[in-house]
Amino acid sequence: MELYLYIALFAPLVGSLFSALFGMTPKTYLTGYIASGLLFTSFVSSAILLTYVMGGHTVHVEMMTWMATGDLYIPFGFVVDQVSVVMMMVVTIVSTVVHIYSVGYMDHDKGFNRFFAWLSAFVFSMMVLVMSDNFAGLFIGWEGVGLCSWGLIGFWYHKESATWAANEAFIMNRIADLGMLIGIFMLYWNVGSLQYDVVFAEIGNLPIVIITWIGIFLFIGAMGKSAQFPLHTWLADAMEGPTPVSALIHAATMVTAGVYLVVRANPIYDLIPNVGLFIASLGAFVALFAASMALVNRDMKRIIAYSTLSQLGYMFVAAGLGAYWVALFHLMAHAFFKALLFLGAGNVMHAMHDELDPFKMGGLRKVMKGTFIMMTLASVALAGIYPFAGFFSKDLILEVGFVEHHYVIYTVLLLTAGLTAFYSFRLVALIFHGEERYKLFGIHPHEAYKFMLVAMSPLLLLAMIAGSFKMTYYQLVINLLPSTQYHVHNEVTFWIMTIGTQLFVMAAILFAYKKYSNWNSVPDGSSKMENSFGYKLLWNQYYIPKFYEEVFSKPYLELSKIAWKQIDLKIVDATVDMIANAIYKTGENTRDIQNGNLSTMLRWMVFGLIVLLALAVAFTVGYNAVSA
Amino acid sequence: MEITLTHYLVLSSVLFAIGLIGVMRRKNLLMLFFATEILLNATNVAFAAISHYMGDLSGQMFAFFIIAIAASEVAIGLGLLIVWYKRTGKIDLDQMNSMRG
Amino acid sequence: MFEAIAFYLFAALTIVMFTITVMTSQALYAITAMAAGMIFISAFFFILGADFLGAIQIIVYTGAVMALYAFGMMFFDTTRNVVEKRTNPQIVFVLGVLAAVMVVAIFVAPIVSNNIQALYPIDAAIGNTQAIGMVLFTKYLVPFELAAVMLLVAMIGGIVLAGKKMDKSLTLMAEEDIGSMDDSIEPQAGGH
Repeated sequence: MELYLYIALFAPLVGSLFSALFGMTPKTYLTGYIASGLLFTSFVSSAILLTYVMGGHTVHVEMMTWMATGDLYIPFGFVVDQVSVVMMMVVTIVSTVVHIYSVGYMDHDKGFNRFFAWLSAFVFSMMVLVMSDNFAGLFIGWEGVGLCSWGLIGFWYHKESATWAANEAFIMNRIADLGMLIGIFMLYWNVGSLQYDVVFAEIGNLPIVIITWIGIFLFIGAMGKSAQFPLHTWLADAMEGPTPVSALIHAATMVTAGVYLVVRANPIYDLIPNVGLFIASLGAFVALFAASMALVNRDMKRIIAYSTLSQLGYMFVAAGLGAYWVALFHLMAHAFFKALLFLGAGNVMHAMHDELDPFKMGGLRKVMKGTFIMMTLASVALAGIYPFAGFFSKDLILEVGFVEHHYVIYTVLLLTAGLTAFYSFRLVALIFHGEERYKLFGIHPHEAYKFMLVAMSPLLLLAMIAGSFKMTYYQLVINLLPSTQYHVHNEVTFWIMTIGTQLFVMAAILFAYKKYSNWNSVPDGSSKMENSFGYKLLWNQYYIPKFYEEVFSKPYLELSKIAWKQIDLKIVDATVDMIANAIYKTGENTRDIQNGNLSTMLRWMVFGLIVLLALAVAFTVGYNAVSA
Repeated sequence: MEITLTHYLVLSSVLFAIGLIGVMRRKNLLMLFFATEILLNATNVAFAAISHYMGDLSGQMFAFFIIAIAASEVAIGLGLLIVWYKRTGKIDLDQMNSMRG
Repeated sequence: MFEAIAFYLFAALTIVMFTITVMTSQALYAITAMAAGMIFISAFFFILGADFLGAIQIIVYTGAVMALYAFGMMFFDTTRNVVEKRTNPQIVFVLGVLAAVMVVAIFVAPIVSNNIQALYPIDAAIGNTQAIGMVLFTKYLVPFELAAVMLLVAMIGGIVLAGKKMDKSLTLMAEEDIGSMDDSIEPQAGGH
């Protein structure tokens, strides 16, 4: 089984290195095929490992020693257990699909080979992240995905906005990673090891204060990676990257790493329910907060990004309330339908020549039947309609909130579910129904390559049926995670809740359809609604990016300018220039020595003779003084 | 009043200084050669004097070789000077500035 | 007493002559003064008992070297050609005097080691010339030969440099070339 573990882990790396070899050469389909093929290999290995793990075993290998100094011992160890195998499956399935899809999507891009190098490198990093058996290895993967995310957001680096977004994501993540590092350091300081099994066995012996701080610092890392408030702004801006990247990294895998961290560190968070409650509250807040921003946005990808943010909030609610398996289940289900949604959006974008405003589309259902069906079904799954994947996972989270008696959180999440359904179908209605507004802009949309649709179909299937794996999944992960069942004990309440939620969501969907499916104009910012305070607040993302810019960026810019003009120019540069000028002036003043006039040279020669004689005199005098 | 080695050495130094002044002062190459002859003779005086007062012949030997060198120098130096003169028509030190950077 | 008078007399004369050599603007004065100075230098050698050296000084310097310079002067017509520009004459004298002071300071300082052993002691019994001959052809034989070779080289070099068409080999040239070379030389040499 170790062999499969290594194949699953290193196949993406091989694909990445292979593609990187062609990084500077013109596009060749070979890189896409090889990278996709290796990803598929990785997926198959993961599947084999899954069956093995389902048989009740786990695989734990120590590939080699990484750091061994004094008491510090950190190996490159990898573990395939019930949690990591689920993550591996999610990562490999989605990334295989995205790889194949990208062959079509990046068809006309000059950076085709480079794209696959980054994308496979990302998958490798993600595999390291989920398979590592210690926090140090997790951190390596954590930074690796951050780096690849940077490279992929800024993939079209000639675009100012793309590089800006890439740097924003990178810097925000660094801020959070500092918190995570502190958490890891504290763990090592207090436990003396970073291995999961050792840490989780020992963590209970620590004072509760220290555990609390560890939990908080680790969660700060998770907040950055999963774009939770207040570090959420990068995720929407990260949509500058190619759409497959958004599907893979900023929807399905990387952003869920924070959830994975909390799930993985469940023995720590179990001991500190207060922090857990904070996480859940923050998650609920982000769920509503992000969903509200998605309501008004006019950028297709950003709407889906806010939806991702919102769903991550759901996951954190579950994880914070101790329902780790529920969080992980929603993570899995969400990965499928959200990736599908993004890939569908990618098709639309291609068809519309990179137009992102859904108000400029409309009626695309006729020309893009496949995409229409897929995106609608993905939206249904996202909205949580029975029997799609979202129903099983999202309703479960609502139930968790209800059963744990956190009714505020429950209410918020319920409201968010309605909003989710509304904005999802607002998007679908605007894109696929109504009048063909794109004709105003002279665009001739076309359906994506057939093989792209075929590649997406596994995700479609999983988005529809993932819910049916619920019990299998549950049986699998309770080996590692707390096995609490969340059932509303009162039968009547249960049915009222379930049906009520369904009806509420349905109503939201119908409302969205009613409002938007017959839309016939492109808003120009003049309507009454667009000028209302609430709309503007949401449109400007609660003025948070502006706030960050005013409070952090601008003072920092000023500080940098002071450092540049006052310190660097006047002190550092001046010193360096002074040295250079001194030498330069010395040269300028002494160039007469070298003026080529032999007479002058002779004089200098005599001068040198006198210096030597003076030395001789000094030596003689000194010698005599000493010997006397 | 006895003449000691010091007298000769001082005389030698004075002659040497005169030679140095000549070397620095002269712009006429031929005159410059004269000055170098003075320098060489100044050292010869010192060698002969040391040889005498130390009772050792080595000093005189050195003086011989210096004379030999002086003779060669004149022969070669004058030869070069003639070549230079043929080329440029000048023997002014200030105009030999092909080494100017 | 006689020695002292002679020393001071010749010292004064030498210094005066060399000063004239260095300071005069007349090339003829300079060469004459230098020739005189050389002869006066030889006087010191005689006083110091280095008879042979004195004789050599007169023969080589006053005879050979001065003759060479005289020819050189005739060739260049120096008095007319060079107008010497004087830049910063003070520096020249300051440097010269400084050098003299330094050298004197070194010379008059007590000699560091007192146990200097004469390698080739002057034997009063035999004459200076004989003694020099013995040392020169025993201990200093190799340098002597080298000096001889050097002089030969210098002589050849002087001839080659100063002579005309000396870069061509007459033995390797064809007859007519030599003839034509003769023609080309003729106008120059004749000076018409």
